Amino acid sequence: MTGLVPHSWLNWLGIPPWVWDPLSVSLHAAFEATIVVAIVGSALGFLLAKGRFLGRDAIETVLSLPMAFPPTVVGWYLLTQMGGPGPIRNAEVRLFGHPLTFTFNGIVIAQIIESFPYCLRFSRTAIAGVDPRFEQAARAMGLSRWRTALLVTLPLARRGLVAGVAMAFGRALGDFGATMIVAGSVPMATTMPIALYNAVFYGSHEQAMVLALVQLAVAFAVLLGVSRLGKVRPW
Amino acid sequence: MTPALELAVARRIGEFDLDVAFTVESGISVLFGPSGAGKSLTLALIAGLMRPDAGTIAINGQVVTDCARRTYVTTQKRRIGMVFQDGLLLPHRSALDNVALAVRQASGRQARRAIARSWLERVGAERFADRRPGSLSGGQRQRVALARGLAGEPALVLLDEPLSALGSDVRQELRKLIRGVIMSSGVPAVLVTHDAAEAEELGDVIIAYDHGRVTGTRLVERPECPERPQGAPESTGPV
Repeated sequence: MTGLVPHSWLNWLGIPPWVWDPLSVSLHAAFEATIVVAIVGSALGFLLAKGRFLGRDAIETVLSLPMAFPPTVVGWYLLTQMGGPGPIRNAEVRLFGHPLTFTFNGIVIAQIIESFPYCLRFSRTAIAGVDPRFEQAARAMGLSRWRTALLVTLPLARRGLVAGVAMAFGRALGDFGATMIVAGSVPMATTMPIALYNAVFYGSHEQAMVLALVQLAVAFAVLLGVSRLGKVRPW
Repeated sequence: MTPALELAVARRIGEFDLDVAFTVESGISVLFGPSGAGKSLTLALIAGLMRPDAGTIAINGQVVTDCARRTYVTTQKRRIGMVFQDGLLLPHRSALDNVALAVRQASGRQARRAIARSWLERVGAERFADRRPGSLSGGQRQRVALARGLAGEPALVLLDEPLSALGSDVRQELRKLIRGVIMSSGVPAVLVTHDAAEAEELGDVIIAYDHGRVTGTRLVERPECPERPQGAPESTGPV
């Protein structure tokens, strides 16, 4: 779990060792959740933007519900479905040998659910905003539907897609409510927001300040990096 | 000889009613008429970007649209090339890549790029092969768009007001280029314009449009090419 950022870097950055574990858990979980969200969210965003099928709006509304729900409510649903008796818990036991509540994978799932709507909405809007005449030109050049999507639509929607992924990553990194309920505060599955909550709860205000500063720095670095990504090779 | 294009279509959009029929042989056929006469709509129907309510379209003898038989060949399978009014070059691709993407007769990136480069040379655009459309002038973009329209060895190339967004000097220069390159390629072309001088200079046959109808066709006399293109229609109506 600590593989994403080498300890030597954290040391060089002056981040105290007791922050390394929650920081690594946060970054690792958000990274995994964002990969899933980016792939599935962009693909579904494309379908919703381009497809004409019954129930399209209903699907988008259902998948966007976590945006409007308090994270604790999302967390409670996940806890009851993933941890309580039922087919989802049975599937987890079959696949992983144990329920995913109060584990690192539980954090990732909670963050996927919480961050998914942001990526979906951004990607749908970005793809729907691509001038359809470019796609017509691509078809006139003989490009298949798939190649048009890959070579024309997605690159032209890139800025919106990148923004959606960035929003999803930020949301996953900052999630507290859903993660707290699904994973609690167990060793090696404690994220930065939960570590901060624990520090405040136990009256360690200096630790809380350090954790808050590190989160601020991480959020700044991520958003700066993403905004630079979006500006690469302008047209 | 099989006509490059046989078309008899009807399409209604709101109050506008298009009902046209004509045949295109070799050379450049110009659809000429005022704005809103249905010229660009006809081009979109030929390209398969829109469907007619009724009628048939055949490109090089192959029926691509037949409403009665519910035949409809998709745009990407029609073997057409298109040059749009504002070029519509892909802004995130270089000029060379834009042309290479349209090359259908070769597989492999290097082979496609080699063909694309030769087309850029033919239209005098080889100097900015590696530049993106955003850094090109309007005239340069239309040169690349012309190369892209022809690079795929289409059975028919469609040009939708390719010069209307350009200044007069560039237009004059590009008229000569468009005619020269299309005639030397041997690809039959249908060009839309509302500019009478452009129609005269570019066309072998002028097909006059008004209010969604063909009002006449006329063969353009050319001193350097006194013979009519093969299969060109006799003049009819006031053009």
